[in-house]
Amino acid sequence: MNITVLAKYVPNPTGTPELGPDNLLVRTGGDGALDPGDEYGLELALQLVEASGGEVTVVSMGPDEAIAGVQRALAMGAHKGVLITDPALRGADALVTARVLAAAIARQPADLVIAGAESTDGYTGTVPVTMAELLGMASVTAVRRLEVDADGFRIERQTESGYDVLRAPVPTLVTVTAGATEPRYPSLKGIMAAKAKPMERLTAADLGVEDLDASQSVAIVTDAPPKAGGEIVSGEDAIGRIADLLAEAKVI
Amino acid sequence: MGAVWVYAEVTPEGPQAAALELLTKARTLGADVAAVALGPGASEAVAELGAHGATTVYANDEPVFADQPGRAAAHTLHALIGQHRPALILFASTYDARDVAGRLQALTGSTLMANATDVEGPTRARTEIFGGTKVVDVDLAGPEPRLVLVRPRSFVAEPSGGTATTVPVEVVIPGGATASVIERHAEAASGPKLEEANVVIAGGRGLGGPEPFAMLQELATAIGGAAVGASRAAVDAGWVPYSFQIGQTGKTVKPEIYIAAGISGALQHVVGMKGAKRIVAINKDADAPILRIADIAVIGDLFQIVPALTEEVRKRATS
Repeated sequence: MNITVLAKYVPNPTGTPELGPDNLLVRTGGDGALDPGDEYGLELALQLVEASGGEVTVVSMGPDEAIAGVQRALAMGAHKGVLITDPALRGADALVTARVLAAAIARQPADLVIAGAESTDGYTGTVPVTMAELLGMASVTAVRRLEVDADGFRIERQTESGYDVLRAPVPTLVTVTAGATEPRYPSLKGIMAAKAKPMERLTAADLGVEDLDASQSVAIVTDAPPKAGGEIVSGEDAIGRIADLLAEAKVI
Repeated sequence: MGAVWVYAEVTPEGPQAAALELLTKARTLGADVAAVALGPGASEAVAELGAHGATTVYANDEPVFADQPGRAAAHTLHALIGQHRPALILFASTYDARDVAGRLQALTGSTLMANATDVEGPTRARTEIFGGTKVVDVDLAGPEPRLVLVRPRSFVAEPSGGTATTVPVEVVIPGGATASVIERHAEAASGPKLEEANVVIAGGRGLGGPEPFAMLQELATAIGGAAVGASRAAVDAGWVPYSFQIGQTGKTVKPEIYIAAGISGALQHVVGMKGAKRIVAINKDADAPILRIADIAVIGDLFQIVPALTEEVRKRATS
């Protein structure tokens, strides 16, 4: 089974995000990381090929620095990397991103395409299904479990009230929720091996995607009114203060 | 100006609360308002959708919309758009509606804005970023209809007292591969719903495992009418089901009082609870970001404080 994993390079998930003078998220500065939300899908892909053979290709779109994210995925065990990097894609919106990534998938069709349920920086969560529609693929989002069998895939999908079980054909695109797997750490051997793995760099033009204009633009950015500082209480005084607050709100 | 549509998620139990919130907002935008309700429960939902501002409801009760998430609704909606040319379609930020909007975008080539917190008109919507510390107004261009996914509970649903005309919709499903639901499982929590509870007590990574959630539940029971939730970290770890999750992914809650126990306060969590009237945060790490947005910031051991608080609440209840 050949699997393509979509991987996004995001600003440090535990850092303080910033907007640049052009009101776009600052994506450079060497502080980024492979989106932790993508590691669950990568781990799932690695487990599937370890069990039944095949290759894992990682596809990422981002600035030059995003190569670090692809390299981490290769170090974890992916076989090939593709980085789509192009100054013209800076500020790309969801549709442009979906068109570019779909074009990359179409060059090398896979039995299964795996993405994170949403990115840790933008939380849009629609790019993978837009790609599935562009590619005419079946899709299942918010996947917490996936098994391969003779008929295709048996998939558990998170819902508001529990989970659904779905059947999906080959090929299918899925987005996985965090917690679907326990991502491995790259081993030293894996890090060394990653350097020798195939790594392809592409531009939007290489993929034949021409219309790169975003249809959204930031009009105004304002600071939200800061919240007034609360009171800091130590352990002993806390009990009475919280109980008082509950009583003031008439909930006890 | 073209109409504003609300993609109203429905179940046999009724329309989703977010559909009524979006209709309430839609009717302030100065355009005709219609709702699109697809799947089991659609026809029954017409009256309530009408009472919240839809003058037309495009409805179809076919189970295929629930059984093939996203795809059937996106194609049916696309055909309907071709007939009626709306200017703007509002969706709730849920997994199901995201699937519909995402696939629809591939068909229409329209812009799609996610995580909106307000809508000013067919070409401008607002979002909050960086955990709500910055407010961003976004101009929407490109072909109509513009697609905007709005966070649940951004608006308060208010009835308009109107009525809606039902317009039957033809199901449009393209040939080709699709995924289908074969089983449904509920993992319903006992007690009041998270979104409706006056008091929410949420646990995070600091709980260290699934067992301490029983301690939060005891406090909730002592208070009465309180619900227990969790941060994504606790859900990811498998300690509690996804239905507990509060945050960017998961539920948005706006209770009278929110008690965060062992939650660091990642941006992803904060956007789901910062609308609480009062926030109490208990954390042993004095640098935890959640303490900065708390009305009462308790630096201490939740394993001592929570049971002691439960005792105190019980004592006050009986005195």
